[in-house]
Amino acid sequence: MAEKKVIDARGTFCPGPLMELIANMKLINIGDELEVLSTDKGSAADIPEWINKVGHQMVSTSEENGVWHVVVRKAK
Amino acid sequence: MSSSDISIMVVTGTRERLQMAAMVASVGAVSGSKVTVFLSMNALAYFIKGHTATAPAEGEFGKTMEGKNVPPFKDLFRNAVELGDAKIYPCSMAMDVLHTKPEDLEPYLSEPLGLTKFLSDTAGSQVWTF
Repeated sequence: MAEKKVIDARGTFCPGPLMELIANMKLINIGDELEVLSTDKGSAADIPEWINKVGHQMVSTSEENGVWHVVVRKAK
Repeated sequence: MSSSDISIMVVTGTRERLQMAAMVASVGAVSGSKVTVFLSMNALAYFIKGHTATAPAEGEFGKTMEGKNVPPFKDLFRNAVELGDAKIYPCSMAMDVLHTKPEDLEPYLSEPLGLTKFLSDTAGSQVWTF
């Protein structure tokens, strides 16, 4: 069964949230999801760009009270 | 090498340039580019074990950056190697000048490389200089 893990990267600037996402992506199984919490607006744009480039799946992006929630799924 | 490969020559020892070089190396390496970093001149000393990892600011932005939670440039260079397809080479000439041996350097660095080999290996790639 697919699992979901939250990565709290709030307060870290680019490319910190992306690097934390990638490090965690190596540890999870295909189909699992990661939700990155980030206060860095640039990372909220960069993470979907990276996901599309390397062939994983974007699930959702939303912002709430200055915190971006970027949810991705490992596809390969 | 192809035009999607990235070669980065780092010769300055200021915070802003080391940070930007590390950002290009790490993001490029995790995005599918083959990245080759060549460390020389004022940049190399930061990669000697025990050397300070705090580089002096070049301008206002560098001073401001110090108080923020910006990923340390050495962490980003290590990320480039560990999470992506990057190799970081110390310049053999700079090592001779600093009387530094390979075992004195951070373990994620590759073996020393001469400038001639670097230029030969990276022909045809994008070249970034910091």
